[in-house]
Amino acid sequence: MNKTNLFQSLWALLLIALVFLFGGMLFWSLYHIPEYSDGLSTMVTQHMPNSGVKSEVTAILLNFRGYDTLLEIAVLFAALLGAYRISPIRLDKSLVQSNPVILSLTQYLVPIIILVSGYILWLGGHAAGGAFQAGAVLASAGVLLVIVRPESLNLKHTIYLNFILIMGLLVFTLIAFLPILTGGTILEYPRKWAGTMILLIEAASTLSIGFTLMLLFAGGRPPAGDN
Amino acid sequence: MNLPFFYACFGILIFLIGLIGLAIKPNILKKLISLNVMGSGIFLVFVALAKRAGLSADPVPHAMVLTGLVVSVSATALGVILAIRVKQIYGKAELPEDSR
Repeated sequence: MNKTNLFQSLWALLLIALVFLFGGMLFWSLYHIPEYSDGLSTMVTQHMPNSGVKSEVTAILLNFRGYDTLLEIAVLFAALLGAYRISPIRLDKSLVQSNPVILSLTQYLVPIIILVSGYILWLGGHAAGGAFQAGAVLASAGVLLVIVRPESLNLKHTIYLNFILIMGLLVFTLIAFLPILTGGTILEYPRKWAGTMILLIEAASTLSIGFTLMLLFAGGRPPAGDN
Repeated sequence: MNLPFFYACFGILIFLIGLIGLAIKPNILKKLISLNVMGSGIFLVFVALAKRAGLSADPVPHAMVLTGLVVSVSATALGVILAIRVKQIYGKAELPEDSR
């Protein structure tokens, strides 16, 4: 056995030991978690009337733990900025063979997907749904177009596209800092306006998330356009 | 041992599988897939343990998983874009072997 092999088997042994140790620790901590726990659900139920929406998950995402979501949208934007640093992508030829079935199916599917996205956005107020789900669905329409008919998207690196991409973060930040003017704290929506504000944030975020995910799929910055 | 814990155990197993993959696969794409497998395991643990609250599951872990999903998607996308760039420059999407 030469030196490299010895090193590799030592490394493998170390890895196995590490994984067993780590796994053991995780299982051990799982064993000690109380079997029944309400967690924070009673607290959430208590504060639901103040949140402005009827869906618990939406209330947590955009009201109770709005700070998380604000940073999350910032992370999404940061990932896009990272992708933008790479040279511009080419978006002029289809990735699939020209095929009448795929072309016409895309033609029918894209409007329906956009409609569903809007419906899911609206649903977020009172049931499972919201900005991220709607944004992901919207992105699926974009991904479909990027694959099948990129020329019909006509994506250009213009100020309008940049505005759509930053809109979610911009609106969310503005609304988050708005309460400071009236002496409140960050992300403390006035009770009367909470529902409207959440819908506004979600609508802006949906567009931004949809376009961001589509551009991340496409691979980065679209070719430059005349502003 | 009830059902939430049963699922959480499998979540930990999935996480460990991803951890091993992350450590032993030199290909960047496989590392990214391993990271996603690890993430899926963590999400499974979260969602499973949320069910401990009884009939209506605790919504806070659900919201956290939703947050995590988007972050994981964006991180993976950026990782894949960088992997493509590495492949363009070095000819293969692999990390260099240890220099020893």
